[in-house]
Amino acid sequence: MAIRERLSGNEAVATAMKQINPDTVAAYPITPSTEVPQYFSNFVANGSVSTEFIAVESEHSAMSACIGAAAAGGRVMSATSSQGLALMFEMLYIASGLRLPITLICGNRALSAPLNIHNDHSDSMGARDSGFIQLYCENNQEAYDNTIMAVKIAERAKLPVMVCYDGFITSHSVENIMLMENEEVKNFVGEYKPDQYLLDYNNPISIGPLDMQKDYFKHRYELASAMKDAKKIIKEVSEEFYKITGRKYDLYEKYMMDDAEIAIIALNSTAGTIKDTIDNLREKGIKAGLLKPRMFRPLPWNEIALELKNLKALAIMDKCDSINGYAAPLFTEITSAMYSSQVYVPTINYIYGLGGTDTTVKDIEKIYSKLQEISKTYRITKITNYLGIDEEEVK
Amino acid sequence: MAYNLKEMVNKKSRLASGHRMCAGCGAPLIVRNSLRALKDEDHAVISCATGCLEVSTCIYPYTSWKDCSFLHTAFECASACASGASKTYEKLKRENKLPQDKDTKFIAFGGDGGTYDIGLQSLSGAMERRTDMTYICYDNGAYMNTGTQRSSSTPHFADTTTSPAGKVIPGKVQPRKDLAEIMIAHNIPYVAQTALIGNMKDLYEKAEKAIYTEGPTCVVALSPCPRGWGYPTEDLQKISKLAVDTCFWPLYEVENGKYHITYKPAKKLPVEEFLRPQKRFKHMFKEGNEWMIEQFQKEVDKKWEYLLMMEEITNK
Repeated sequence: MAIRERLSGNEAVATAMKQINPDTVAAYPITPSTEVPQYFSNFVANGSVSTEFIAVESEHSAMSACIGAAAAGGRVMSATSSQGLALMFEMLYIASGLRLPITLICGNRALSAPLNIHNDHSDSMGARDSGFIQLYCENNQEAYDNTIMAVKIAERAKLPVMVCYDGFITSHSVENIMLMENEEVKNFVGEYKPDQYLLDYNNPISIGPLDMQKDYFKHRYELASAMKDAKKIIKEVSEEFYKITGRKYDLYEKYMMDDAEIAIIALNSTAGTIKDTIDNLREKGIKAGLLKPRMFRPLPWNEIALELKNLKALAIMDKCDSINGYAAPLFTEITSAMYSSQVYVPTINYIYGLGGTDTTVKDIEKIYSKLQEISKTYRITKITNYLGIDEEEVK
Repeated sequence: MAYNLKEMVNKKSRLASGHRMCAGCGAPLIVRNSLRALKDEDHAVISCATGCLEVSTCIYPYTSWKDCSFLHTAFECASACASGASKTYEKLKRENKLPQDKDTKFIAFGGDGGTYDIGLQSLSGAMERRTDMTYICYDNGAYMNTGTQRSSSTPHFADTTTSPAGKVIPGKVQPRKDLAEIMIAHNIPYVAQTALIGNMKDLYEKAEKAIYTEGPTCVVALSPCPRGWGYPTEDLQKISKLAVDTCFWPLYEVENGKYHITYKPAKKLPVEEFLRPQKRFKHMFKEGNEWMIEQFQKEVDKKWEYLLMMEEITNK
C-alpha cells in the first residue's frame, strides 16, 4: 500500500535513503542539499537506519570516503550541491573509473563567483563528463522515485549515479507525494552483493592501479561502453519500478508532443511551468509540446532526435552556460544528436534562470511565441538567447 | 614478545619483491617491515596516496601487494578513503555480514607531499573522527615522484628543484613543518617517529603498537631518497643512522599524551655529520655559509631539548 505524504524534496530524498538503509553515508554541509544529511543524521541517531554516517571535513573527503566505503563492499550514498560538487570533481572521475556504484544526491545550485545559493544547473552540468549517470527530476515525487531507482541502476551498471533536482524550488518546496512501503523499497533494492571488494580476505585485490597508455585507453573505453549499456539498465529498472508503484519512467518524458509543431526541451522543475504554459496555448489552438529528458548521462541522443523530426521549430533551454561564445550544453548536445540523426529543425537556445532567477509562464509564452514566428519564416536571427536579460542594456 | 629479527623476517611479507622502487630508497623497507608487524592471520586494507610508492607497486596488470587488499585513488585522500573503508568494515561486521573471527586492519601510506601538504586536511579529519586506522608517512622530505620539488617537510636550506640553492636564495628558506607534533595535538592514542636503523626493531615495534592500538594512530618514518638527497644507494642505513645520531630525526613516541624518547644517542653528533654526505646540503659547506649550519644546529637542538622536556613533564 502506498503512503500519501506531504514532504519537501530534501525530506523526500532523505526518506528514500532511510528506506534504502545504505551501509555508509559520508557528507559535508552545503546549501541547499544539506538538509538531506541532516535528516539522515537524525535517522542514524534515532536508530531508524543502521548506516554508518561519516561527517567528513570536506566534500573532497566525502566522495573519497564514499569511494573507500564502496570499494570495501558497502552500499554508499552522499549528497551535495554547487561548490561541494565542484570540490568533489577529482574524485567523481575516480568513482566512475573504479566502477563503484555510489549514489550521489545533487540539489542543483549555481556556482561562484559571484556567490549565489539559488538554483541553476551549472554544478551537475560541469560534471557531465565525469562518468556519473545523471538523472534529472521535475518534482519531489520524481526525486524520491529516482533516488530509489538510482541505487539499483548504479549497482547493475557498476557506475555511480547522480540524482539532480532543483535547489530550493524542489529541495525546499513541500508537495504531496506518494511513498512506498519500507518493505517494498527493501525488496526493490535488494541486498547488495559486490563481485569483488577490499574486505573479501579470501580474494585480496588491488584497486586503482597505474595504467600505461594502451591499458588506460582500453579501460576508458570500457567505462564509455558501460555508460552506453546503462540506457538499457535504466529502462529495465524503471519497468520493475512501474510494476510496483504504477509510476512510469522512461528515458525522457513527452508532453503534448505527438502533434506538436513547436516544442521546448528543458530539464527539472521548469518542465512543470512549461506544461502549464502548454495547457494555456493548446486552449488557443497552438500546437505546443515539451520534451523533458530524464537523463543527460547517458544521453538518449538518437531517441530524442527522432522525437523531434516533425517539429517546425524547437527551443532548448539551459539553466547553465558553457561560456564558450556559442551555446549551452543541452543545446549543443541535442542539436549535435539531431545532425547525426539527420533531423533538421530550426533550433534556438535559451540560457535562463541563472542563480535562481524566476522563470514564469509569461517567459515561456515568449519562447513559444518566438518559435511560432520561426515556424512561419524558418528564419533564425539569433541562436543563443539569454532569457530576461536585456543584452543591449548590459553592454 | 621480545623482538627477534630472524622471526620477524619469517613473517608474511605483504609487499612482494620485484616492485619498481629505486635501489637505496627507504619506502619499500618501511612498508614491508611495518606490515610484518601485522599478525599473519589478520587481513589488511592498504590505502595509498599517489606518489612513488603507488606508481612503483601497482602497475596494471601487476600488483606488488599480496596477502592484503590495496586501494589507490588520488594524492590527497588516502586517509578519507581509509576512513570510508574502516567505517564500512565496522558496520558489516556488526551485522554479521563478515566473519566474526577474522580481523581487518586499515593502514594508509603517504609520502610527505601527500601527508604534510595536500593530504593534511584529509588526515586531520580522519584522526579527529577517531577512525580506527594507522597512517604511516614515508617522509623523504620532498616531492620525489615528480622530481624533487620542495614540500613543507623539506629541511631548512635544502636544495630542491623548486627551492634551488641559487646566487641570491640559499635553498629552502623556511624550516620544516613538524607533522608528529601536529598529530599529537589531535590527542590521538599513539603517535611515533621512526627511522630505518639497525635491525628495524624501532620501526617494527612502533608499527605494531600503532596497528594494534584501537583508534587513529600515526607513524612518521624517515625515508631517505638517494635521488633527492644525493647519497650512494648502499648508504641508506648509514644516512638514517646519522639522522638519528645527530638528533635531526629523534626517535620517539607519544602514547596517550606521554612522551617517550626511544633512542638517546650516547654521543649526540654535530648535525653537519648528517648534512655533509648529502648533495642537497652541499652549498651549506661553501665558504661564507657557515651561518647556515649554525642555524640548522640551533633548530635541531631546540627540538631535542623540547622533547627531553616533554618526556620529563608528561611522565611526572
